[in-house]
Amino acid sequence: MIRWLLAAVFVLALAVPFFNQAEPSLWGFPFFYWYQMIIVPVCALLTYVVFVVEDNKGDGK
Amino acid sequence: MTYPVATIIFLALIGFVILLGFSAARWKAGDMNHIEEWGLGGRRFGTLISWFLIGGDIYTAYTFIAIPALMFGAGAIGFFALPYTIVCYPILYIVFPKLWRVAHKYGYITGPEFVRGRYGNKYLGLAIGITGIFATMPYIALQLIGMQTVIGALGMPGHLPLIIAFGVLAAFTYTSGLRAPAMIAIVKDLLIYVTVIAAIIVIPHELGGFGAIFAKIPPAKLLLATPPAGSTGLYTGYATLALGSAMALFLYPHSTTAILSASGPRVIRRNAVFLPAYSFLLGLLALMGFMAVASGVSSMPQFAAGFKQYGPSFAVPALVLNSFPAWFAGVAFAAIAIGALVPAAIMAIASANIFTRDIYTQFGTSSRPHTDTRVAKLFSIFMVVGALVFIMVIPNTYAVQLQLLGGMWIIQTFPAIVFSLFTRFFNGWALLVGWAIGIVSATWLVALNHFAGAIWAFHVFGITVPSYIALATVLVNSGVAAVLSLPLNAMASDRAGDETLAADYN
Repeated sequence: MIRWLLAAVFVLALAVPFFNQAEPSLWGFPFFYWYQMIIVPVCALLTYVVFVVEDNKGDGK
Repeated sequence: MTYPVATIIFLALIGFVILLGFSAARWKAGDMNHIEEWGLGGRRFGTLISWFLIGGDIYTAYTFIAIPALMFGAGAIGFFALPYTIVCYPILYIVFPKLWRVAHKYGYITGPEFVRGRYGNKYLGLAIGITGIFATMPYIALQLIGMQTVIGALGMPGHLPLIIAFGVLAAFTYTSGLRAPAMIAIVKDLLIYVTVIAAIIVIPHELGGFGAIFAKIPPAKLLLATPPAGSTGLYTGYATLALGSAMALFLYPHSTTAILSASGPRVIRRNAVFLPAYSFLLGLLALMGFMAVASGVSSMPQFAAGFKQYGPSFAVPALVLNSFPAWFAGVAFAAIAIGALVPAAIMAIASANIFTRDIYTQFGTSSRPHTDTRVAKLFSIFMVVGALVFIMVIPNTYAVQLQLLGGMWIIQTFPAIVFSLFTRFFNGWALLVGWAIGIVSATWLVALNHFAGAIWAFHVFGITVPSYIALATVLVNSGVAAVLSLPLNAMASDRAGDETLAADYN
């Protein structure tokens, strides 16, 4: 059940106490902002992995 | 004309997409007398077109104006748009390919139709359908307001430009159906990408870099406030707002329409991978609210009238006018205005599909396919004209409040539509009771908030848990539906009314 990988998307995106801080900052962006922007491609990549694995198995046509 | 160059570029681009809208009828041509062709583009949009169409649905003119405005006015809480548009995609991936498959097999073109087929209960279908139409109406009105803001920023007077724009919108929606917004969405997105990329390069350069921009934001607005003792504070407020909005997103009729118009479930799953590109863009766009703070546009005399009339919504238009040459301001405003036309057209079509399939043919006179399509086309005009009248006679704040309520209502269709794709445990009447309790309790709590706040401080086991009202009430809705389903299934099971097969959901 590769789909459980998608649960990580919810954890990463909704862990508010974890990312509600200013440090460490990156290129002038406080952590709160750059973290939430960085996880966009990370989560898309997770979804892509699920997609590729299911596609190869021929699941969910 | 206050900004002649910007206005001319703006009008030229709008004129171009209008021509495109009318010519779209001949694109991938089908029999426009059939509602699946008019209202669903014949279910033949591939990955790329679906990407533009669903993207045009989610990231609208209202989003472009309202999210930066929220950042400008309230600060960090406005950034919930990012987790919201991240967690919506796993939901899209898991749930909606299933809906597509069932809808394709049985010829459903709306969410409520699926529910009716699943439970053999046309009253449940009616409740879900009416919820969709009522949630969509203020959403169209908000698109008009988004467009009104940029037209106002260009200094064009009165309601006339808006009436013309939406009159034309109603006309090309009537003739071309869903193909029109699909085609226009491509132009819209190209313009939006150009605008946002230019904005994040040019504006921070003018203001001394992102570090300098963030340094000008008051600390109270830069991060969410740390929760007080005994409360989860804005932590749960932020997370529930994101999750609840994501759960509601694809239940909106216009989202369902865009999803069902895809050529297959694989197209939907691929889009769950590629659509987040827009979310990244939305994050950058949200930061334009902070750029507006840092640039000090709100205290510049030339923008005083605009801020007085439109409030924080004027932040982005003012920033654009202040930071860019006039011709580029015309491009940016056209992007926002076209960003209003695309979703407004899809919303009108989606509502028309619901009215025709879930109300007119179920409760009116039984009709033939051609009459159905005529009814749908006329209803789409009614939706656009209704929204236009709405924003001209009622203050804009009401539209915003109704949109807030719309989100609370549409999420109440989650158990009936989403759970039913995975299980037939529920009873149709139990879902109807759960829906009613969800609608009433959500509306009640929003009224207690004076229609201004989406978050309510719930008390759970001695802890205060501020939560998005929509998410909390849909939990109640689901609980009621589950508990009532047990006795109702035992006494009067409605499983025989299911016209779909268990194998359809594998």
